[in-house]
Parts: sequence; C-alpha cells; structure tokens
Amino acid sequence: MSNKLIGEMGLHTKISNIFAARNIITAKDALSMTEFELMELLDVGMKEIRSAIAFISEATSPPCQSARSLLEKKVENEHLLGHLPTHLKGLDETLCGGIPFGVLTELVGPPGIGKSQFCMKLALSASFPVAYGGLDGRVIYIDVESKFSSRRVIEMGLESFPEVFHLKGMAQEMAGRILVLRPTSLANFTESIQELKNSILQNQVKLLVIDSMTALLSGENKPGAQRQPQLGWHISFLKSLAEFSRIPIVVTNQVRSQNRDETSQYSFQAKLKDGFQEHTKTYDSHLVAALGINWAHAVTIRLVLEAKSGKTSPSQRIIKVAKSPMSPPLAFPFHITSAGISLLSDNGTELKGPGINTIHARGHSDMINFHGDCS
Amino acid sequence: MEAWRLPLSSSIRGKLISAGYTSLPSISSISSSDLARDVNITEEEAFEILRLAKQSSGSSSCNGSRSLINGAKNAWDMLHEEDSLPRITTSCSDLDSILGGGISCRDVTEIGGVPGIGKTQIGIQLSVNVQIPRECGGIGGKAIYIDTEGSFMVERALQIAEACVEDMEEYTGYMHKHFQANQVQMKPKDILENIFYFRVCSYTEQIALVNHLDKFISENKDVKVVIVDSITFHFRQDFDDLVQRTRVLSEMALKFMKLAKKFSLAVVLLNQVTTKYTEGSFQLALALGDSWSHSCTNRVILYWNGDERYAYIDKSPSLPSASASYTVTSRGLRNSSSSSKRVKMM
Repeated sequence: MSNKLIGEMGLHTKISNIFAARNIITAKDALSMTEFELMELLDVGMKEIRSAIAFISEATSPPCQSARSLLEKKVENEHLLGHLPTHLKGLDETLCGGIPFGVLTELVGPPGIGKSQFCMKLALSASFPVAYGGLDGRVIYIDVESKFSSRRVIEMGLESFPEVFHLKGMAQEMAGRILVLRPTSLANFTESIQELKNSILQNQVKLLVIDSMTALLSGENKPGAQRQPQLGWHISFLKSLAEFSRIPIVVTNQVRSQNRDETSQYSFQAKLKDGFQEHTKTYDSHLVAALGINWAHAVTIRLVLEAKSGKTSPSQRIIKVAKSPMSPPLAFPFHITSAGISLLSDNGTELKGPGINTIHARGHSDMINFHGDCS
Repeated sequence: MEAWRLPLSSSIRGKLISAGYTSLPSISSISSSDLARDVNITEEEAFEILRLAKQSSGSSSCNGSRSLINGAKNAWDMLHEEDSLPRITTSCSDLDSILGGGISCRDVTEIGGVPGIGKTQIGIQLSVNVQIPRECGGIGGKAIYIDTEGSFMVERALQIAEACVEDMEEYTGYMHKHFQANQVQMKPKDILENIFYFRVCSYTEQIALVNHLDKFISENKDVKVVIVDSITFHFRQDFDDLVQRTRVLSEMALKFMKLAKKFSLAVVLLNQVTTKYTEGSFQLALALGDSWSHSCTNRVILYWNGDERYAYIDKSPSLPSASASYTVTSRGLRNSSSSSKRVKMM
C-alpha cells in the first residue's frame, strides 16, 4: 500500500498537483519526509500540509481487524492458515500443529546434527496428499551446501509412510514434487527468489526450504559491515514472501564459536553484578548462531538442535524450541533413524534461563567429561 | 519573537519579511486587509498570518493570575493528576512494583530485549489486561495492537485471555461472597473483540497509521493502550538514509507522545537490540541509535540473568532504577516463583 499514488486518492486537486509538481508521487515519497520538510519543499502553509498528510495517511494506513475476527478467519481457513505437521508428536503439539504458515522458522545447530535431515523430512511431508497429513503441493528446496539427497528422501518415505509409498508410482510422484535449486552465488539466489515470488501461488508451492542461509551469505566473502544491508533486504523479502503467499518458510542457520570480546550483556549489567548470580561462562564450548541478532529478531520460531552429554548416555541429541510466540521453551531428545528424525519422548522438559539459547556440540562436552574421569 | 519563526510557507515568509514585517509586534498591530495589500498576498493568507502571530505572541497577553503561559499547568496540579493516573498491570506483581503499579497511562514506554525474551508476550498480555473492568481493579479500556513483524499469535492471545477471565472470576467470586458485589460477565472472545489489530507491512504504512491513529482513537474513545510490536523492524531493514530516518522517527515519537497525553492512554513501543561497540568491547544496546533513546519517557530492558528473565528500568523520570524477575507461563506473564529477594532497588 506504500506505493499508492497520491493523485488517485481523491485529495483536493490543487494540493495533489503541488505534490506532483515536486515529484512526490506515492504515499511513500510524502510520508518519508517530516511535515516541516514538506512545507519547505512544497511552499504551502502548515495547515494545508497537515490536512493533506492526514488525508494521505488515512488512505494508506492498513485496515483494522479485531483479534476476534482474526481468530474466526483462522478457524475458517485452517487449510490456508494452518500448519505443516512435522510428524513429531511432541513438537507438533508444542507448536499448535506444526510449522506455521506465513512465518519464518529457523533451525540452528552444529554440523552433522540433523538440520538437513529435518528439512528433507519436511519437504517430503509437504508433498504428501492431504489425507496423509501433507499439503499436497510442490516444495522448493534451495540447497546451497549440496546436501540434499534424493536417495535419502525416498528411504525416509519408505520407512515412515510405507502405506503411501508402496502404492504404485507414488514415490515418483512425491519425489517429483520436490524441486531442488542449487544457487551458485547470492546474486543468483536473489534472482531466483524474486522470480519465485510471482509464480509461487500458481504453481501450488506449499513449502520453501533454504539450507542454509549462512552459507549463502558467507559465500560472498565480505566483511560483516557490508553484509548487513544485504541481510536486511533478505530478511524483509523472505518475511513478506512467507506472509503473502501463506506458506511456511524453513531456513537453516549454522553455528560459530563466540569471540571472547563479544559479550551478550548490556552496559548496565556490569554494574548490577554484585549480589547477583554471576554468569558462569565456559568460553571454550560456547557456540552461537552464525547470523547475528538482527536475523534472530526476524525469525518467528527458532528450533535449536544440539548434542549434549548426559550422565547416563555418552551423548544425546536434543531439539529445543528456543523461540516461539505460542509455547514455553521445551526440549525433546531425538535420534536419527532410517525414517528420519524421531523423538525419544513426546513430553518435553521445560527449559529455564540462558540454557534456552545455548548450543552444545557433541565433541566439546565429551572431551571435558573424559578428562574429568581420568583425574 | 521574530516573524521568520512563524510556521509559514517559504514564499509567503519571504514576501512578509521583504515587505518589512520582521517582528511580531509589527504584524500584530495591523488589520488583515492592510497586511494583504502591503505584502501582496490574498486576504485569507493574511488572516492566517495574523492568527499565527496572535497564537505565538499569546503568551504575553494572557492574564498572569491563572497561568503565565497558555496551556501550562502548575506542578501541584500535575501531582494530583499523576496520582490519579490509571496504570495497566502486567500480571507480574514484581514487575508492577518496580514500574510503580504497572505501565502508566499518558506515558510512552519502550520495552526492549533480545529475541525470545518475551517482548511480544508482554505486548499481548497488556492488550488483554487493559480490558480488566474497573470492578476488578483494572481500567476497562480497549487495545490497539500494531504488528510490524507478523509475530502476533491470536491463539496465544486467546490462551492469555482465558487465563485472565479465570482469574477475574476467582476474584469476583471472592468479592461476591464477602461484599455482595456483582459477578462480572466477561468472555475470552469478548476480550479478543476489543483488541484492534493492524498489520503494518512497510515503514510508509507505519507512519501513515501513526498519523491516522488520532482520528481512529477519537472514534473509538475507550482505547487505553497502543502497542507497537516492534517499532524497529521496517526502519531497520528498509531505510538507507540514516539522518532522514532519525528525523522521521523523532517526528513519530512526538506523535506518540501527543496521543498519550491527548487521550491519556499508554503507548508501549517494543524495540529490538543491536550490538554496539563501546570502550573496546561489544555490548548489547537497544536499536535505532542514541537520538531515539531520548524519545521515550520510560525505558525497560529485558534480559537474562542466570536462569531467569529480568526486567530493568533503564530510564524513567519518576521511578528509581530497579530490576525484577518475571516468567512467561502458559497463562501469560507471572511472578518468578523461585527467588525470594525478587526486587532489587539500586
């Protein structure tokens, strides 16, 4: 709505001509300036500017909905505004049915933990007929790191949905719905998703997977400062793409180790420290999501996959709901079988504190324990 | 006061000054038709100039016994007004107590924190809590929720509303037994009905909506809280010219301030965080820069301390800086159960 033409809003002709003469054509042009700047530029009195701005604003501002009508709409169009089930019972319950439509969902974790496995399983279930809990649509799988394996997808399908997959020709049809794209550069990727925007609805695309976002951006080999504006553009583009085509978008993110001089504290916290619980930080095994805080704000749901060494078992893979507007932070242990990811328990344990966001990799903690046993 | 300070368009101002009308007294003693002839403008324009001139010199002509300056209030009256100001509870009594009883109406409060700390949760909680009727100690208003990020989850709002209704029923049940008060009939769906939701998809729409709110609230008088979740998102992604961004943002902040005072409602702006390089290390700070941090009356920062979520009053003209813990439960925001010395004053 920001590109609405001022000339077509029904503003008084005299004023709208003045706007046009100064090359202020759209609502965006007019509202990007303060009232005083406009007064100077257009050479019109404050009163006229105020009333013109009020008029333009009214025409441009989005419609009001009550939350109740939002809820009713949601219930009515469950097929449009619903969820893509992950087929992991505990996780689906926590997320009110699965990966929600219309928002960004992020998977973060160390290499080899199962991010791509998770994505492939999702791609498969989205391509399934509705009767089997799928979305009956195409999937676009943007595979930056060349990790997509068709063989693995078929294997997962055969193991987890044998009743469907053993129907004749089904495997071919299901796998045929997953379109894998391997962009070679960020520019290439940008081009493809812009193209995608126009065709996503006609082509029955029901899921977009990007594995991984980090590889795309770090492939550009630019220092952090220049990466920001590009990332910013992609954030808002992906968000709007998800919202307007009402599909779930799943994006993976890598991890990196946190630098020593990066503190995750506010300046006032240093003053507060005495008398408070100290942060016990173990720097050696401290991993953070590779894309920074600006990105983290943009995703609606963040799932962290990590490996932790427990007291009984040597290592345990855990999936955590680290950020979600509809559920408390829960953790589920999982393992990877030939059928893909499956949960060991459908009852999550609730997490507290910074443990929600920390990411553990298998190696480090194992090693520390080992040394501890020796001494 | 000089004539060039009047909010006039530059051509009229130029004509006025070149005709010799440089000071306000020189304008105030002349009739509109004379002014129009002298300056070579239309009669209406001249009338407008006189009106503006009168307005800006109005301060000196006012009689001094009531108030020295038009629109000013003395501090004693303000004290009474502030005491009677309604506040919106956050449902977490520790947080309420450091906020002086809740989020105060007539103020602009900024709440910021890292992703996943619970900013949206506070937003939804407030939009429900503002509707608690007066009989239950609330203020019985309505809420405007401006969603720039698409993170408002209506299912979650329903959950919180249901918990809120249960709590109220318990409360009125108790009142009913002891004081013969009336049972309050309120349904979770009614609560959702009174949350006006706007989905904003670009910064242009955000500016337009803020401009339009004045009219909208005039039509829906009961609105007592405006929540913007978040103020940052579009301005952070799409704005290239940072100087212009600061100007547009500060104009927006002024408009929020005006709305808060005019309709005596609470404005809650949720903000994201960024990293800032100071004194040789990176630290977290709320986004949008230093000039922006002046534009809110109160600023609350949410952060992790050990295992718990804490809120810290970073800036407030009337409250001491303090911090308190809170938790986010399935019923909404609540007191943190574990710690005994929850509130710490500085």
